[in-house]
Amino acid sequence: MSAMLEVKDLEVAYGKIKAVKGISFDVNEGEVVSLIGTNGAGKTTTLRTISGLLRPTSGSIRFKGKDITTVEAHDIVQLGLAHSPEGRRIFPRLTVEENLYLGAFARKDKGIDADLEAAYELFPILRERRAQPAGTFSGGEQQMLAMGRAMMSRPQLLMLDEPSMGLSPIMMKRIMTTVTTLQQQGTTILLVEQNAQAALKRATKGYVLEVGSIVLSGTGAELLSSDDVRKAYLGED
Amino acid sequence: MDAFAQQLVNGLTLGSLYALIAVGYTVVYGIIQLINFAHGEIFMIGAFGALSTWLIFFDGNLALWVLPFMILGAILASVTTAVLMERIAYRPLRHAPRLAPLISAIGISIFLQEAVRLFYGSVPFADFPDAKQRVPFPQIEVVTGPAFQLGNVTIQRSALFTIGALIMCAAGLWYFVNLTKTGRAMQAVSQDPDTARLMGINVNRIIVVAFAVGATLAAIAGIAQGLQVTNINFRMGFLAGLKAFTAAVLGGIGNVWGAVVGGLTLGIVEAMAVQFIPGTFGGSPWKDVWAFALLIIVLVFRPQGILGARVVDRA
Ligand SMILES: Nc1ncnc2c1ncn2[C@@H]1O[C@H](COP(=O)(O)OP(=O)(O)O)[C@@H](O)[C@H]1O
Ligand SMILES: [Mg+2]
Repeated sequence: MSAMLEVKDLEVAYGKIKAVKGISFDVNEGEVVSLIGTNGAGKTTTLRTISGLLRPTSGSIRFKGKDITTVEAHDIVQLGLAHSPEGRRIFPRLTVEENLYLGAFARKDKGIDADLEAAYELFPILRERRAQPAGTFSGGEQQMLAMGRAMMSRPQLLMLDEPSMGLSPIMMKRIMTTVTTLQQQGTTILLVEQNAQAALKRATKGYVLEVGSIVLSGTGAELLSSDDVRKAYLGED
Repeated sequence: MDAFAQQLVNGLTLGSLYALIAVGYTVVYGIIQLINFAHGEIFMIGAFGALSTWLIFFDGNLALWVLPFMILGAILASVTTAVLMERIAYRPLRHAPRLAPLISAIGISIFLQEAVRLFYGSVPFADFPDAKQRVPFPQIEVVTGPAFQLGNVTIQRSALFTIGALIMCAAGLWYFVNLTKTGRAMQAVSQDPDTARLMGINVNRIIVVAFAVGATLAAIAGIAQGLQVTNINFRMGFLAGLKAFTAAVLGGIGNVWGAVVGGLTLGIVEAMAVQFIPGTFGGSPWKDVWAFALLIIVLVFRPQGILGARVVDRA
């Protein structure tokens, strides 16, 4: 069986500057795959290219066997690939519920309200605040909303870009636990993090990105115990 | 007191017309940060669309039931023009430097004016009058004719039509922006276009919708102008467009409700200036000066406009 997501020799540039320099990786169904790396490594660029917001200069992206390298971003969501972007990017002047419904914008099936319930089950605070403008929320609440919103498209693969960024340790734990919950409920996850410890602990597989290239890969446990990773990302000598 | 009430009525009438056009500037700006300087021409095309519909199907008939068909014809003409304009003149320049679409807009504006001036009277499929001069606009019964008298205040029927049109359009717009799926998608695109795409929203489609919404209101304004002034001409979009743009900036460009507030404010200020500024600087010849002076004052002291540039948003 081929992988759910296959990225091959992906190169992405901003003008003359190459941000991603020919990376390959895949994500199999049911996995949590972590992509870690320091600031500026090219993680966000990679995710934005997969979801169709950026166009690669070369290489290919296949999702569920279909080549999506040149598919429009708004069509890619409909294939079952959701992207919760860096910095949450909730719609600040829309209410929580409106944000969630927008997550299901492309859907035409009858299950949307049931999934809204599921999102409220996952994050009860969202239900309490459903009529409030999302811009008034704390970072953690916005992150919950961003994840709930992404889940509203009923994705098979969910890409999360630094969900723990700027969160308190408690909130970070809450978000990471949810990642595991979602995996158990059957969603495959591609998790981008600078927080290597948290991301690798839950990962079935991990890749380390440095200035646009993958320098290391392995199972989450392997990477966590690797000397290189411990030195570079976990601040140990 | 009577003079004040009279000017208030005049101002509201003028302001309603500005507001109807101003929405078009602001809704497009809210989505793609483009000032569509050819929008005045969409208003002009609307008036000609209404006239053409009347000439082709109802020539000589001034009954009220004809009006809805004229409105439909006006909207069809304006929306078609606006959508084509977006496709041909703006979309290819979406990622060009900001000056490029501006120049494109001026080109489109001249093109549309000249097209009407030169070719309106010689289209092969209909017997239209020459439009090199002003052309009489059908004075439909009930919405034109003897004015109402409220004490010493005169209220033209066409004024009631214009104010009524603004009220209905504003209500319709509020419903559309806040309660429809497409309206919410529009708000999403205006707040964060990339993330809107991640939701499955086709941003190009939303841009077309924004142009179409603006064109619809401008078309209705075109009819209102035709009823008020009794004639229309190929140049009518220039000053009206400039004033409506001023209104949009006054209210806070990008903010739909700002366009309405800005339009009414501008209309009332103009009317009051005509009446109450004494001496050399008073009277009708100076009204445009006061209108643009107001724009400058607002830009200096409150650059974000009266309601603030909050983009396409709820009230
Ligand atoms: N919009 C942009 N324009 C130009 N360069 C960019 C842009 N976005 C990111 N970059 C550059 O691309 C590289 C990778 O950035 P990014 O993908 O955001 O990294 P990460 O998400 O791993 O922090 C960085 O060197 C960054 O400066
Ligand atoms: Mg990043």
